[in-house]
Amino acid sequence: MAAKKTTKRTRADAESMATKQRDISVSEFFAKNRHLLGFDNPRKALLTTVKEAVDNSLDACEEASILPDVEVKIEEITAPPNATKPGRYRVTITDNGPGIVRKQVENIFGRLLYGSKFHRLKMSRGQQGIGISAAGMYGLMTTGKPMVITTRPNKNKPAHHLELAMDTTKNKPEVTIDIETDDFRPGTGTRVAIEMEAKFFRGKGSVETYLEQTAISNPHCEITFIPPDKANENPDLAESANEIAKDSNGIVRTQEFSDRIVYPRTVNELPPETEEIKPHPYGVELGTFLTMLNKTEQKQLSGFFKNEFCRVPPSIVTTITKEASSKGNSFSGQSWVKTIEPSGAEKIYTSLQNAKLRSPPTDCLSPIGVQQMLAGLLKGVKAEFYTASTRKPAVYRGNPFQIEAAIAFGGNLPGDQQSRIIRYANRVPLLHQQSACSAFKSVVDTSWKNYGMQQPRGGLPVGPLVVMIHMASVWVPFTSESKDAIADYDEIRKEMQLALQECGRKLGQYIRRRQRMKRDAQKRDVFERYIGEISKACNHLTGTDTQELYDALLKQARRRTEIADAQLDDEGNFIKDDHGRLAKSDDVIILEDLDTPPESSTSEDKPVLKKKRVAKKTSKKRTTKKSAKAASGLFGG
Amino acid sequence: MAKKVTKKKVVKKVPQRAPTTTTNKVTIRPKSANAAKRDKQTAVKLEALAEGIVTSSLSGREPKFEVPIRGPSNTKWLKSKGILQMGPSTSTRQLFNLGQARKFMQTLLHSKSVDELLVADKTLSLRGMFYKSLHTIENTKEKTFDDQTESDGILEDLEVSLGSLREELHIFAKKRGTMVGNITVIDNGDHINCAKMGSGGYAIPSICEPEVIQFKDVKADFILHVEKDTVWQRFNEDRFWEQHNCILTEGSGQPTRGVRRMLHRLNKEYNLPVYCLLDCDPWGHYIYSVIKQGSISLAFESKRLAIPDAKYIGIRSIDYERCGLTDDVKIELNDRDIKRAKQIAAYPWFADNKQWQKEIKKMLTNGFKMEVESLITKDISYVTEEYVPARLKAKDWLG
Repeated sequence: MAAKKTTKRTRADAESMATKQRDISVSEFFAKNRHLLGFDNPRKALLTTVKEAVDNSLDACEEASILPDVEVKIEEITAPPNATKPGRYRVTITDNGPGIVRKQVENIFGRLLYGSKFHRLKMSRGQQGIGISAAGMYGLMTTGKPMVITTRPNKNKPAHHLELAMDTTKNKPEVTIDIETDDFRPGTGTRVAIEMEAKFFRGKGSVETYLEQTAISNPHCEITFIPPDKANENPDLAESANEIAKDSNGIVRTQEFSDRIVYPRTVNELPPETEEIKPHPYGVELGTFLTMLNKTEQKQLSGFFKNEFCRVPPSIVTTITKEASSKGNSFSGQSWVKTIEPSGAEKIYTSLQNAKLRSPPTDCLSPIGVQQMLAGLLKGVKAEFYTASTRKPAVYRGNPFQIEAAIAFGGNLPGDQQSRIIRYANRVPLLHQQSACSAFKSVVDTSWKNYGMQQPRGGLPVGPLVVMIHMASVWVPFTSESKDAIADYDEIRKEMQLALQECGRKLGQYIRRRQRMKRDAQKRDVFERYIGEISKACNHLTGTDTQELYDALLKQARRRTEIADAQLDDEGNFIKDDHGRLAKSDDVIILEDLDTPPESSTSEDKPVLKKKRVAKKTSKKRTTKKSAKAASGLFGG
Repeated sequence: MAKKVTKKKVVKKVPQRAPTTTTNKVTIRPKSANAAKRDKQTAVKLEALAEGIVTSSLSGREPKFEVPIRGPSNTKWLKSKGILQMGPSTSTRQLFNLGQARKFMQTLLHSKSVDELLVADKTLSLRGMFYKSLHTIENTKEKTFDDQTESDGILEDLEVSLGSLREELHIFAKKRGTMVGNITVIDNGDHINCAKMGSGGYAIPSICEPEVIQFKDVKADFILHVEKDTVWQRFNEDRFWEQHNCILTEGSGQPTRGVRRMLHRLNKEYNLPVYCLLDCDPWGHYIYSVIKQGSISLAFESKRLAIPDAKYIGIRSIDYERCGLTDDVKIELNDRDIKRAKQIAAYPWFADNKQWQKEIKKMLTNGFKMEVESLITKDISYVTEEYVPARLKAKDWLG
């Protein structure tokens, strides 16, 4: 039987197989594996599209030194027929960026893996250059509609209007319409419209959450969001004239109009421009090193090291070439690059790795900054205690990076739930795969019990706490192309934990102090209750004046429970016993105190919001630091 | 300042005292010079306590006073005298201490009440004192005392911190305990012949100090103290005290200070030996221990209350075999009993007493306890006609 089968079977030989072997286009690969790019399901598709477009817009604006104005509009073309099936939406993102020159439009939007960011080491939001073209591809695949792009690179000329389809087999764009138009916003800018099958929703992991979190980490940009329900609103009812108003505390908060939601700009300075850096030898693998040797335009080794790497000065070149030299095969800075054999290159590489090099430069990093983080949380989270910390830059695999953390505690945050973690990489919020992320693990690994929080074993702390972690790096190591989680490098996790601990210590100080205040207020309550009785009894026994004795005892009671007073006698809510260290330091904001004022004789907790003081405190910070002050019901509702 | 204060006080007190003395002169005997002197001393002590608080308060120091610790840690066993005595340790009661503030306030309230009693020359029961100092603190819903237990504890604290006895504070406890026998007691001037008390007996008052109680015609040879009223009734009905020429007392369980003071005085002043007939269980043993060497909580009064040569005649753990009792009278020792028995055996005043160690050990090996009433299974009057006379005759007791 076995013999029969073999005869029936057509045998493939190398020749016939060869006819089937061909190139796989990158776009074809991703079309089949779209989950790798964040298009796993209709819900996520919408988010990924908005995210890629906004990231690109912000990057472009900052590079061109333009304060970003981004509008995100989602229109519902067909509502989802039922809960399981997606509907059809059109996503339009408009920015005021520098625009794109005509000949690059197809490449940027129509080809995967085409972009300016992959080949350089510079801190930017996007990295690989697959995002927006993948979104267009997804739209094309699900609806057959091409991507519509309008861009004006020169404000004095008409805008280009293109419709772009993509040939996935060739990874090549096909332009279906290419006209010039004046129907575009004044000034430079770009607009992308993609129609796709998707599902619109709100809440966790939604476009809205993403935009809110983006607004927190980018106080210098103004984002306007028009969700489907607002996009279909009768324009006559639009309150477009309404200005962004400050609230009663003088804090500018996110505002929702009948036709749009506006995340206002609260800082009028762009983040400092980041420098592009050359690779650091420690982050380069042998294969890459060999490729670099092949590709370099430099003739001699000294020039190669000088121009292709950072932190390799001539003295090091001398040392390593000497070390790599052997009998009959010696190297020096003057060696011709082309003459170096792979075996020799490997020797040079090894000695380079063994050499003691300085860490890469860190001016390539642009952390959000303590004040900006505080301001971001202040507007996004209704809490009573805020603190933030920015670590010094560190290095993993030759890539410089910097970790920042901030926490908000108390206030309107839910007290009986797990803490909320918001993660950022290069100012971009990470919304999915939380538990795979190094940031999440570092929060779990921090022992919050030391700081007065509850924490189940191996879990997130429980209580009214929001933790924000930001990683800034020239190359953020994501666990996958969908850029949802930061890979778990020891160096990164360690820095994250240190940043969290810094914040945690401040939080612990605050929580302990708050407890002490509460305790002292209760104590005073008790003492004041009894001293009246004592004065009367003593008056009976000794004839001492009741009032005189009462006053003396009251004075003593007040003195002995003065911690309870602390929030009463100073606007800053700070405490005498730590000389205001906590509240006065720049990286802490204490908003309102929910403690019972000691005057009340009952022990029932009556939260009293000391808003007046709050306003003063925050306004001071605002004027001096120009930090953000908008706020929204992002977390509390 | 102190001078001024006392002057003020006197002025204040005179009009208050005047009406009480005039209206009650008919019924209340005039205070003896001794009692007046004693009241004066107590008043001075109270004033000193308050003065200390006032002085430190006005000068900005923390108001506080010392209270001797009433507890096992501060109780000393004076082997030579055979009594328990309170040690020198004190605890500081501070106003500005969350755990003590309320007690501080309560102590002062009671001080005030006691002072008022001294002025009015009246006495109040413990429960009366609770009501005397009870009120709601101004502008709050908090009462000065939650219950009488709280008040009683504060009064004991006041006693020890002033070094004054309860009687000196004009406070008495509920009457408990009965007495009958060949003796005449002069109680507040009334002559009471305790041999003619019928079936009820003479109720031993709470205060048995010489100022109130004197004795006359002490003809009895010894005192038989029984644990409770039911047994006492048996002895009284059988006229045991007449046949054996003794005084028969009962303390309704743990005897009050009044009963113990009475026994102590009769023992000390008339050399009457005291024999105790108590249940064979840890509680009976401890009653004996309290009568003999004093209690831990009232160690400061041991000198006036303890009777180091009191004897324990029964019920003994060997009585089950010795008297041929049936299994029906056995009451099994529960865990609490066993724990308590071991605790008692470990008290220093029991620890080196071989007889008692043997007795407790035997009870524990028996695994059961027996009440005095268990002897009724033999015969109604077995305890009065056979058991006690036999023990007395054989001088068979524990010391």
